[in-house]
Amino acid sequence: MKTDITLTINGDAVREAVEPRTSLADLLRDNLQLTGTHLGCEMGACGACLVMLDGAPVHACLVLAVQASGHKVETIEGLNERGLIKDLQEKFHDRNALQCGFCTNGMLMSAQALLLDNPTPSRPEIREALSGNYCRCTGYEAIVDAISATAKMRSGQAGEAS
Amino acid sequence: MIPSKNHIGQSHRRKNAFRHLAGRGRFVTDLALPRMVHAAFVRSPMAKGNIVELDVSEAAAASGVVRVFTAETLNHTCVPWTGTLDHFAGMQSGAQNMLASNEVLWVGHPVVMILAHSRAEAEDACELVMLDIEDEDAVVDGDAALVKGTPLAAEGINSNMCFQTVLETPDLDDAFTRSAHVVEGKFTFGRHTAVTLEPRAIIADFDPSTGQLDVHHGTQTPYQFQDVYARHFGLSEGRVRVIAPDIGGSFGMKLHVYHEEMAAVAASLMLGRPVRFVADRLESFVSDIHARDHRVTARMALDAEGGILAMDVDDMTQIGAFSSYPRTSVAEGNQVIRLMGAPYQMPDYRGRLSVVFQNKVQTSQYRAVGHPIACAVTEALVDRAAELLDLDPFEIRRRNLLADDAYPHISATGYQFEKLSHQASLEKLHQMIGYEALRAEQIALRKQGIYRGIGIAPFVEITNPGAAFYGIGGARISAQDGAVIRLTPAGDVHCAISVTEQGQGTETIIAQIVADQLGVTPDQVKVTTGDTDNTPSGGATWACRGAGIGGETALRAGRKLQAQILTLAGEILQADPMHLALASGAVVDKTTGQERITLAEIGRIATYRPDTLPKGSDNSLTAAQHFAPSGYPFDFTNGIQASHVEVDIETGVTRLLKHWVVEDCGRIINPLLVDEQIRGGVVQGLGPAFFEECLYDDMGQMTNASLVDYLVPMAGEMPDIEIAHIETPTLDTILGAKGVGEAGTAAAGAAAMNAVNDALRPLGARISQTPMTPLRILTALGHV
Repeated sequence: MKTDITLTINGDAVREAVEPRTSLADLLRDNLQLTGTHLGCEMGACGACLVMLDGAPVHACLVLAVQASGHKVETIEGLNERGLIKDLQEKFHDRNALQCGFCTNGMLMSAQALLLDNPTPSRPEIREALSGNYCRCTGYEAIVDAISATAKMRSGQAGEAS
Repeated sequence: MIPSKNHIGQSHRRKNAFRHLAGRGRFVTDLALPRMVHAAFVRSPMAKGNIVELDVSEAAAASGVVRVFTAETLNHTCVPWTGTLDHFAGMQSGAQNMLASNEVLWVGHPVVMILAHSRAEAEDACELVMLDIEDEDAVVDGDAALVKGTPLAAEGINSNMCFQTVLETPDLDDAFTRSAHVVEGKFTFGRHTAVTLEPRAIIADFDPSTGQLDVHHGTQTPYQFQDVYARHFGLSEGRVRVIAPDIGGSFGMKLHVYHEEMAAVAASLMLGRPVRFVADRLESFVSDIHARDHRVTARMALDAEGGILAMDVDDMTQIGAFSSYPRTSVAEGNQVIRLMGAPYQMPDYRGRLSVVFQNKVQTSQYRAVGHPIACAVTEALVDRAAELLDLDPFEIRRRNLLADDAYPHISATGYQFEKLSHQASLEKLHQMIGYEALRAEQIALRKQGIYRGIGIAPFVEITNPGAAFYGIGGARISAQDGAVIRLTPAGDVHCAISVTEQGQGTETIIAQIVADQLGVTPDQVKVTTGDTDNTPSGGATWACRGAGIGGETALRAGRKLQAQILTLAGEILQADPMHLALASGAVVDKTTGQERITLAEIGRIATYRPDTLPKGSDNSLTAAQHFAPSGYPFDFTNGIQASHVEVDIETGVTRLLKHWVVEDCGRIINPLLVDEQIRGGVVQGLGPAFFEECLYDDMGQMTNASLVDYLVPMAGEMPDIEIAHIETPTLDTILGAKGVGEAGTAAAGAAAMNAVNDALRPLGARISQTPMTPLRILTALGHV
């Protein structure tokens, strides 16, 4: 028994028929081939599947697709194409804040959400904000450095503009 | 003048990082092929038992189900595999096949494979399988496994001892007799597992119309699996292609043969359509290899001045129900007993190894095989000796570490060291951490009831393994690597190489090395990895061989192509190739640096107008090179780590304040990537030191098999990690690079344990079990 849902994904209106048990992550990955959202644990512990739901990061593995009906979803593909996180991406690249790349989507989501909420986070605050993002490769320090550098750049630019 | 070729040694960023940052990674889990079916497995819910009834008829009739396989219908397609190697004399292990036929040997042992149009439907059908298993006593504990009368952990073995060996110098007993001091200890190192963020993933795709098997496989060793699939399924190797694109972490876990991957291949061969298996996290915990699980008893003999005379070590390692294939589950313990005392001028040694079967998932090679155990035991004993003799931890190591001019050196365990830098590393660390100030702070804080500790741990790391590792034991695991480099008609460079990329930056360092040989920039070098049809055969990336062996292969291939290009240019320019060189994308005059002809023009002439070349000219713009190490059996690296911790003696919770590493990996190709490899490695060493443990109950049930219950290091718990380098290139290769991937993991736990014990010392407490959980620390303090 499938249910029709309509939602906005990366700015596009999407209409899909899904089983009630389909997770938002499976909808994105399997139905829409938006494979930048990764699945590491499917129980909300690793953070690889984070997407923005109405602007706030949520675990796409814990949200049912039907629950997202009527809402706005933004994935890594959307943030990338809209150029919203270009500075974060560049700092991650400069600092080699990724190795295998599997956690990177979730890290960028958490980082973006943090910086919108707290534009000048301390290093402990950044580490705290990443408490739900598991990375096996980097040791985290490079990720903290990249987010810290982005925060400094963003707040510096904001200062110049004002 | 010719611009210097200096990309080797520079912190170039990774080009392939752009794809990941844009959400455009190409992981096996992202791939969907036409006609693809999804696999799920019914697994044993108990650690040991006999299958007395199995009924899959209801599952076979379920919605979306394409096929249901049991041992009876699947196993006959595959030659069973046995995880033994000839050079481990006397080792035994039962033969394995894809699905359990009579006995189940651990919780998670696959019994039934169900293929359906979706994974969800396959899982639904798993619920409909009627599986009746008659419970048997499981062998859970390693010591108990060796008691006479204990049941066997598996069929096909004659005792629960998989392998035993003793390594001994003739004067060992004498050394203990004449020693002034002996320190000793018993240590327990828990089981943990790799927890790669992307679980194991495979899509096997057999096309009956061509006889071609394509396997998209999240593995670090594609050639090994090309060979395994060909041999075990009776296929010609040329018709087996293994494609390993982006891999979401591997760390040694993704180079072992697993039942589910073999079953996916078998099913695809039978169905003639793509079969996908992706482990979910719960499955990963009960089917990925686990690591470590050692109990060690050790003692160290010292002279009156604190000079280390000898170590006597007994390591019992518990490996699960069978030895893994094709590298065995013995390599870990073998390295434990051979790495003991490795950094020290220690003349005598005895190491006993007992490798024991039990009814758990198998343990096998995981990052820094054996190193953390040997390092933790050695360094704990050195610290105990320092305490006994009232020596500073730095001072006792100054007295005992191999002198920097003492090379070449052969260790008491038989390892040959070309050249290491222990003493220089020790002094560098001493300065780097501001040791005197840290000690002063420690003493001052104790008066306020704050207990901090400083722990240090020198280490030796095995890198660049040659054929001695597996080849001599009969395993078909390549000890060499290969590269094919070509100049394209437009003057670009392409390098296909057998070493693989899992995020270490292999492709980037290979581009740097090739660029320097051909006078181009790394951006102009496209590197292809991870495809057995499109790269030459080789061992790929494991045991720290990517830079040292793969890099040397690329360098030699690059030089070969350089010579070909210069010869051709000489013919085009009517010049002596000896007077030409490559720089800035062109052939230049070697003396003046003046451009003579661009690489693009060479490519154009050789490709489109070979008729204009002198008669008999060789217009080849492709060079192939294979390389295997032939000097020292391994290129050992060395370094030292320090850990600074604070232990809350009321709660037993440890806070990691800072970690430092001094590392000597020989020639550094890319400092940015090397440092992040080390940091990641350190955290993989700190994880099992404080958090990670696969917990089992008395019945052999794993009780924390989820990412909610199994603790992994997260950003908030990890310290900043400061890194310094010393460079002692190996003279065995032109490049001079050694490995670095295991260095961080090798000694982090040892430094951490010494730091915790340093913090606990004024309280008369000591811990010698990892992970060092709050409960264990409170127990050591006598609070519980």
